[in-house]
Amino acid sequence: MIPETVSVRDGTQPGAGAMDVFLLQVLNGLDKGSAYAMIALGLTLIFGTLGVVNFAHGALFMLGAFCSVALNKLLTLEKIALSETEMTAWGTPLEIRTPYAEAWFGDFGAWVIDWSVPLSILIAIPFMLLVGIVMERGLIRHFYKRPHAEQILVTFGLAIVLQEIIKAWFGANPIPQPAPEALTGMMDFGAAIGMDAGNVVYPAWRLVYFLFAAAVIGAVFAFLQFTTFGMVVRAGMADRETVGLLGINIDKRFTLTFGIAAVVAGLAGVMYSPILSPNYHLGMDFLVLSFVVVVVGGMGSLPGAVAAGMLLGILQSFASMNEVKAIFPGIDQIIIYLVAVVILLARPRGLLGRKGVMES
Amino acid sequence: MINFRLDRRGLLKGGLAAGTMLAAPTILTRSASAYTNEPTGSNVVLGFNVPQSGAYADEGADELRAYQLAVQHLNGEGDGGMLNTFSSKELQGNGVLGKKVDYVTGDTQTKSDAARASAKRMIERDGAVMITGGSSSGVAIAVQGLCQEAGVIFMAGLTHSNDTTGKDKKANGFRHFFNAYMSGAALAPVLKSNYGSDRKAYHLTADYTWGWTQEESIAASTEAIGWETVAKVRTPLGAGDFSQYITPVLNSGADVLILNHYGRDMVNSLTQAVQFGLLDKMVNGKKFEVVVPLYSRLMAQGAGENVKGIFGSTNWHWSLQDEGSKAFVKSFGQAYGFPPSQAAHTCYVQTLLYADAAQRAGTFNPCGIAEALEGFEFDGMGNGKTLYRAEDHQCFKNVLVVKGKDNPESQFDLLEVVDEVPAEQVTYAPDHPMFAGGELGACNPGA
Repeated sequence: MIPETVSVRDGTQPGAGAMDVFLLQVLNGLDKGSAYAMIALGLTLIFGTLGVVNFAHGALFMLGAFCSVALNKLLTLEKIALSETEMTAWGTPLEIRTPYAEAWFGDFGAWVIDWSVPLSILIAIPFMLLVGIVMERGLIRHFYKRPHAEQILVTFGLAIVLQEIIKAWFGANPIPQPAPEALTGMMDFGAAIGMDAGNVVYPAWRLVYFLFAAAVIGAVFAFLQFTTFGMVVRAGMADRETVGLLGINIDKRFTLTFGIAAVVAGLAGVMYSPILSPNYHLGMDFLVLSFVVVVVGGMGSLPGAVAAGMLLGILQSFASMNEVKAIFPGIDQIIIYLVAVVILLARPRGLLGRKGVMES
Repeated sequence: MINFRLDRRGLLKGGLAAGTMLAAPTILTRSASAYTNEPTGSNVVLGFNVPQSGAYADEGADELRAYQLAVQHLNGEGDGGMLNTFSSKELQGNGVLGKKVDYVTGDTQTKSDAARASAKRMIERDGAVMITGGSSSGVAIAVQGLCQEAGVIFMAGLTHSNDTTGKDKKANGFRHFFNAYMSGAALAPVLKSNYGSDRKAYHLTADYTWGWTQEESIAASTEAIGWETVAKVRTPLGAGDFSQYITPVLNSGADVLILNHYGRDMVNSLTQAVQFGLLDKMVNGKKFEVVVPLYSRLMAQGAGENVKGIFGSTNWHWSLQDEGSKAFVKSFGQAYGFPPSQAAHTCYVQTLLYADAAQRAGTFNPCGIAEALEGFEFDGMGNGKTLYRAEDHQCFKNVLVVKGKDNPESQFDLLEVVDEVPAEQVTYAPDHPMFAGGELGACNPGA
């Protein structure tokens, strides 16, 4: 299992020294970490407000990714005409397909198809908000007073239902979602931060993803910090009963909070679709990691979730380097859990956990 | 007047007698059948064990379509497909040995334990006399072991690991699909003529049986043409984001990346390798290249545009122009409206080969069928002249080297056949070190 040592560069390639590789892995980590952080942020928001452990949160990320698939499919719906001259290999007339969008709108149609991933944000926001609210009102609110184990079971079941619906509709195979042509290339990140040109080049879309995540996370924090709604939610997180006694309908606001958490997870999924071709199982792949992120960050702590997301993303990247794997074979597969164990032993409430959360 | 008095002793005696009488027919029938699930009625049941849920569900669905088509053709429905081109003319389209072919299906979920459980159910409850299908080597090896113990024939579906007919081979198991060694042997000359003999290769490998054997096979065959293997890096199954494994490639000095991944892993690693601009790079004065040794249509569809110009190998492709392939594509296309995948092809062929062997042997006894398949030479099934080798139950036939098409005409037209490598070039000795370690053993008729 020990990988062979990587040969030393032969100098024909520009730059890329130890520092550059380090930087590239940091970027990889931040990128992965952004996705973890956005999912974990929603998870911890729901846990902090409603006290529910939502195992369907990964499925919300997956639903977001499929918003971009759905829009793309809609835009590329094809007009099918049967060829009069050409035949298929099995003897039926060949089908000639042209997307309606291109047939009707020409270049503009082609542009919209090209930019379908970022454009799906526009449909993902209302759709995910609706999904979140329906989920909370329709199912999860009946489980507020039930034990955490039952909440986990019902939300996990819901996640399976959601992914099977997606599979029945879109199939089990991953569906590629290309980023817009203008953002598919590489960006010279090194030159942008004042290093030699050509050393740290990174896929443009991944940088866009990181910036997008930073903006979304920033917006959520600003919303909770600077609006009255946010203030009430924060007060509710601290002491739900007292807020209720003040005559504020906290339930309504918590329902909306659930919706917001669903939107954040959905947006994370939409923009991730060019990085990882969406498939029905995407949510489960991220769910477990996101829970580790929440626990490491501290249950119910929003800054903790973000910090732990980034930290674990970066550690995972470094653990996958050949130099590290040569010393600790297989470390890349366990690093996240190893770190979680160490952090929980040293700080049982997680990095930024508050006293009294999930403690009786 | 009869005085019937029921006491404790009488009850015991009566119960014992009744029990013996009830058990007798079972004992008799058991000793009467010579092998597991000997068909006694007017039909014979085959068990199609394919992934109906999980990551390979789409591939499993295509396998099932092919099986249903094969059953129709065996029972004399439809246009007969490859029965018309198959070199053996034993099958007449009236079932097998006068019995109508029936089938049951199971869901492997692409998990070894689930696949074994569904195979077991089909054997014990449904009376399946043969199990076939699957989309993973781990599953194939597990189910093959189960069939050996149960005394039924296993006709493997899509399994590419050397181990299936190497160290894990079994007397009751047969594989028509090609293997990792054959991929390496077929690809190497094409890679040499396209990319030269002075190349440095970097392997990313899925960390399980299939990945390991493919890495070993491809490294050996590329080293034989003068390439240097710079690194072999194992990646966890289902890693999702491979960026952290791709970044080190950039400064490793390697100028070729070999992706020993299948399914979703391959879709993700290839897509991300292209995103990281590997194909636009110049390293060591040469253009950087990516190779995907095992292609499937579903993977090509999942990776989309990114497969363009990338070399790999397949067992079969629907664009082949031999009579067998044309006949199969015609019946499959007419039935389902699109061309069959290589998984569908191998499953269809395996069913026909099993039926033909039973017909020639005059029995469904696994030992009779094994004897009929061992050393069997045939043609007209899409891969040219083919031999089912007796020593390891592996088919030896032509292998296709394919390339991602630059201008595909449809979502089924993503690969173009670059070379049809003759069987002799991919044949190896039965005791080749990559296949050593296992024993075929004796066939088990069960019962």
